[in-house]
Amino acid sequence: MINRRTLLAATAGLGLAPGLAQAQQRFASIYMFVPANPGGGWDGLGRAIEQAARQAGLVGSFQFENVGGAGGTVGLPRFLAQRRGRADALMVSGSVMVGATLTNKTPVSLQNTVPVARMTDEAGVIIVPANSPIQNIGQFADALKANPRGVSVAGGSAGGTDHIILGLMLQKLGRQPREASFVAFPGGGPAQAAILGGQVTAGISGWSEFSEQIKAGRVRALATTGERRIDPAVPTLKDSGIDVVATNWRGVFGAPGINPTQRQALVDLMTAIHASEGWRRILEDRGWDDAFLTGAPFEEFLTRDRADTEGVLKDLGLA
Amino acid sequence: MDSLSGLALGFGNAFSLVNLAWALLGCFLGTAVGVLPGIGPALTIALLLPITFSVNATGAFILFCGVFYGAMYGGSTTSILLNTPGESGSIITALEGAKMARNGRAGPALATSAIGSFVAGTVGTLGIAFLGPVIVEWALVLGPAEYFTLMVLCFVTVSAVLGSSALRGLTSLFFGLLLGLVGIDLQTGQPRLTFGVPELLDGVNVVLVAVALFAVGEALYMAWHHHAGKQEVLEVGRLMLSKEDLKRSFWPWMRGAGLGFPFGVLPAGGTEMPTMLSYYAERKLVDPKYAPEFGTTGAIEGVAGPEAANNAAAAGILVPMLTLGIPTSATAAIMLSAFQSYGINPGPLLFTQQAELVWTLIASLFIANVMLVVLNLPLVGLWVRILKIPVPQLYAGILVFATIGTYGISNSVIDLVILYTLGVVAMFMRRFDFPVAPVVIGMILGPMAEQALRQALTISQGDWTVFVTRPGSAIILGLAVVALVGPKLYGAWSARRA
Repeated sequence: MINRRTLLAATAGLGLAPGLAQAQQRFASIYMFVPANPGGGWDGLGRAIEQAARQAGLVGSFQFENVGGAGGTVGLPRFLAQRRGRADALMVSGSVMVGATLTNKTPVSLQNTVPVARMTDEAGVIIVPANSPIQNIGQFADALKANPRGVSVAGGSAGGTDHIILGLMLQKLGRQPREASFVAFPGGGPAQAAILGGQVTAGISGWSEFSEQIKAGRVRALATTGERRIDPAVPTLKDSGIDVVATNWRGVFGAPGINPTQRQALVDLMTAIHASEGWRRILEDRGWDDAFLTGAPFEEFLTRDRADTEGVLKDLGLA
Repeated sequence: MDSLSGLALGFGNAFSLVNLAWALLGCFLGTAVGVLPGIGPALTIALLLPITFSVNATGAFILFCGVFYGAMYGGSTTSILLNTPGESGSIITALEGAKMARNGRAGPALATSAIGSFVAGTVGTLGIAFLGPVIVEWALVLGPAEYFTLMVLCFVTVSAVLGSSALRGLTSLFFGLLLGLVGIDLQTGQPRLTFGVPELLDGVNVVLVAVALFAVGEALYMAWHHHAGKQEVLEVGRLMLSKEDLKRSFWPWMRGAGLGFPFGVLPAGGTEMPTMLSYYAERKLVDPKYAPEFGTTGAIEGVAGPEAANNAAAAGILVPMLTLGIPTSATAAIMLSAFQSYGINPGPLLFTQQAELVWTLIASLFIANVMLVVLNLPLVGLWVRILKIPVPQLYAGILVFATIGTYGISNSVIDLVILYTLGVVAMFMRRFDFPVAPVVIGMILGPMAEQALRQALTISQGDWTVFVTRPGSAIILGLAVVALVGPKLYGAWSARRA
């Protein structure tokens, strides 16, 4: 018992001591709501924010709540109802929720929250199993153009970022997004297994989920979906003449009913976290792209993103 | 590094006083969360993640492994004593386990599940150490077509729990399939049977349904039929396994472990399917002398097999995570994110690049397993005292426990409404002699089978012959046919000879 207590004391000491020296504490505690199960991308972002904020001494403690399911649309109404007016509440969210609120036709959406900051951005990657006859994105595009039904593509849930990328590609190739042979898997693990095992022709997923498999030579990366290349050897879709840019952004949102001053305090907190040394290291370690954006530009971005997503989902027949 | 020197290195690292303390803490926490229906190992590890900021990787993973294995042990305790499964892998254990407890055999049921968990956990961990990288390559060969046929095979197990009337049993099964439809359809993203309730978008939790049907339904039924003034106390009986119990448990443990481990390794396998198949196998293979105990007073084979299958599958789930970096369960996903806190990117190279950490982790799984059986066997005596509580108070306590545990799943009032609605349904099912187990089987297998079927058909462009042209699925389909008609044919054949 003494052993455990000393360790816990050491934990607290290590977490706070360097921080107090660096910056003053802005919040005694932050309530972080994650509308997804532990272990996923949103959960990872929430906990990375905790790590950076505590290291920099900006926040005393964090309280987490995970309410997962249905692209965050199970958790969202809960956050809106239970945290209304709470100035110390943050919810992690991102492009997945924009799509999910549209396909699930939920009465509430991100528009009911108070946008605080976009933090990261992750490009998708199109991969084939290592023994696939498809060598490059050109061959993949040709196969899709010739017979989309014959090219099965594995990814996350229907209407999610992966599905949208496939729909956009088909559109640019002059086919109907509805012709997509998209095979949805629950979560990254089963989708990865199906691609590694060659059960499907190709797969679309976030870069980080496959970066290790690509490095190990188990799958071949054909193209990434961002503006810029992640790996110099892998072209972007835009480089390859398919004008599609689609990424999976993640950020934090405040509770409805907070006043502008309280909102500014949350924006200032995220700005300070973003500027910290710890955050820079986390971005590097995890391979996340910095996509920091706050205030009016973030709101404009949200409006545009929602309109774009809605357009594609309509074409896919899902919204 | 070969497996033996790897293990030697791992044990060398794990056997420090601090690491053993972490393992003990993990086992203790894991047992505690396994007992509660709402909180699982994934959530517990998530809550413990901040320790990764200040504790070294070895210590943290030893703690996490203790929690993971501990939860598998704890889950069966409440299944047996209170008919309240703590997690989905323990649902089948409740079928025979709770009946044994009601008939004065709670001690042997808990003991066979603890020892069976130990045996299977050891077999499974040996599997990780020596077979992991090989078996995972086989697992990848199986696609949606094979998964669908595996689920068809599992549907055969329903016949073991149908009860006296096939019509009533199949009605229960279809009720379960209906419950399984609730929520967002994965392949199209469209909500089904959610009636605008956001809590239903993610479907109905299967542990919640099991608790409602088994525990709440039974408690309400007891209240309905209770005669005031009669103070009944359940009989507790002997605590440990008799020689006969041991003999009856041994092969079920082995078969359960053998079934469970490969299912755990399968990327879409999990712990539920092997427990069902193990239950079916034990019911068919049981010595005719003991066969009448199944479904009446509770057969020890029906606890030993599924519990072993559950724990071996739990070990198997770690294989894709360690060998390929693929998270095939919520617990594996959260452990992988813990790897990332240390700047380790888990992938196919984990075994080679982080050999020391991986082998320490495997060694600590062995240690956790031993600790758990040492921790749990003496607890059997303590646990069974719960049954000395007079029946009315005991069932009231079960209701309180089920309510708290259910609320813990996602702090949702809707969950409680579902719990009691289904509890009342289950009460009437008991009254009119409808079996409740097929509901749970339908609910677990239905959605998995539906998704696998549609995935397989999308890939084959709508060609139904894919299930017989792929050798794997054809073989499994053949096994399903044998399992379905085999026992009947055998019965007819032996009847004619007699």
